[in-house]
Amino acid sequence: MQAQRTKFSGSNIIEVLDLSKSYSYLGKQVSALNQVSITIEKGDIYGIIGQSGAGKSTLIRCLARLIQPSAGKISFYGNDVTNISGQPLREFYKNIGMVFQSFNLLGSRTVAENILYPLEISGIPLEKSNCRVAELLQLVGLTAKSGYYPAHLSGGEKQRVGIARALAHYPEVLFCDEATSALDPKTTKEILELLQKVHTELDVTIVLITHEMDVIKQICNKVAVIEAGEILETGLVVDIFAQPKYATTKDLLQHASHDIPQEVINNLSPSRQLLSLRFKGQVAKEPIISQMIRKFDVDVNILQGWIDNLQNMMLGTLIVEFTGAPENIQQALAYLREQSVQCEAILK
Amino acid sequence: MMHANLTLALELLPLQLWNTIYMVITSVVLAVLFGLPLGVILTITAKGHIKQHLVVYKILSACINIARSFPFAILLVALIPVTRWVIGTSLGTTAAIVPLTIAAVPFVARLIETSLQEVDRSILEAALVMGSDPWQIISKVLIPEALPSIIAAITLTAVNLIGYSAMAGLVGGGGLGQVAIQYGYHRFNSFIMLTTVILLIILVQLFQWLGDYVANSIAKKRGKSLHV
Repeated sequence: MQAQRTKFSGSNIIEVLDLSKSYSYLGKQVSALNQVSITIEKGDIYGIIGQSGAGKSTLIRCLARLIQPSAGKISFYGNDVTNISGQPLREFYKNIGMVFQSFNLLGSRTVAENILYPLEISGIPLEKSNCRVAELLQLVGLTAKSGYYPAHLSGGEKQRVGIARALAHYPEVLFCDEATSALDPKTTKEILELLQKVHTELDVTIVLITHEMDVIKQICNKVAVIEAGEILETGLVVDIFAQPKYATTKDLLQHASHDIPQEVINNLSPSRQLLSLRFKGQVAKEPIISQMIRKFDVDVNILQGWIDNLQNMMLGTLIVEFTGAPENIQQALAYLREQSVQCEAILK
Repeated sequence: MMHANLTLALELLPLQLWNTIYMVITSVVLAVLFGLPLGVILTITAKGHIKQHLVVYKILSACINIARSFPFAILLVALIPVTRWVIGTSLGTTAAIVPLTIAAVPFVARLIETSLQEVDRSILEAALVMGSDPWQIISKVLIPEALPSIIAAITLTAVNLIGYSAMAGLVGGGGLGQVAIQYGYHRFNSFIMLTTVILLIILVQLFQWLGDYVANSIAKKRGKSLHV
């Protein structure tokens, strides 16, 4: 099932430089993207996360060249695709696949015919196409439902068809536009597992946008945080999770954790501090907290704790309340930082 | 008297019923042949669609509005020279097809436009990003997706044309309309009038039933209820 893809070389599939997009709305220019630059390398599962209205949808639609950016440059394996149209654009489309939040299947075609569509329009002989369709049905686990019409499928099944269809041409890169946002948590997990499988088995680079940190956590290796049309931070997911720099990122991370009881927040003072401690990798395995308690006169009340497993990197998080003299708390924090624990005061 | 009426009805009606069916079906086929492409052009040249071209859209849209403004009775008379030029005569069933088709084309174009507009833009976007060219979008996405609604539009056109074909009888177009006027109206033969009307009612019901049946079967196969 491996594709013979020798057309392209280089490790940077997509390079975006100073990309801007503005719309005119009610006679005014509204900026949706402002000088965005990102690089997506071969083999990445690149997550773009932001709240609704942040511009992530505009960004992925620019990358997939469904819309034309106002300024900046998009390169696909070093080829400038920013302003192509007509036949060259259709050729570009055949090297990418796209999966949508609303599935966008053809209601007039069965599951198999939907997957056949991209092959059919490229004029591939039916015999060859049918083999490919059978492979893809197998891949997404829908062989038994090949003759069903989309209206008779569940959301998860529709998205499987969407994924199979997007993979028909052995694309270099798969764009997922909120692919799991219309699905329930269990189905979301299954679809993410399928994307993971597609990524490893078919060697497809994935770019996805989402507003859910859990999606990023589950499958992405890299993440870009977008807000108000600008990229706030980019990097490896492990690094961003361990050390979020911006309020938006922290906000999004907070959504991935649980809420802290209001009562605790009300009682905060310089001698009662609420902190989040993040332990990355090896550190997560050492008894740093008990050592700290022994060294400094600080009481620790653990409110929440969890360990995330991000691409085989352990990331522990503790939400704790420190009680003690302010200077003792400061010393304790300094000690923790020395042990490379990321300490962050949670201010509400 | 009754016997004479029956004989007359049997003599006149089968042929004229056939004439009506022939006029209507030929006009519908021709109207769809011309109206469907116009409806497609209206759809795809509209704002934000796959081949947006506002000048083409506005000109075409205005022409269709003008054509649709003519009452059929006036169109029928006004088109006599055109009919003579095309068919060679302005009398008879075949000649009636010209005004019927010309009246139906803009109507079909608008109905088809409405049907095609119902196809979700995001589905077109998905088809585009799979590398479809405009012709593939039209033939493999737009029209198949809107097919039940297009069939409903064609049915509506056919039913309307049955009514119009009766009017064509006024100017020598033949068909059931002419029978109703010549015998029912001018000769006060209420039996013939009634029989003609009943035949027209049955014809309308048949066309409507057939159209609904086809449209619903397609929609049902696709697991969707028809929303037209």
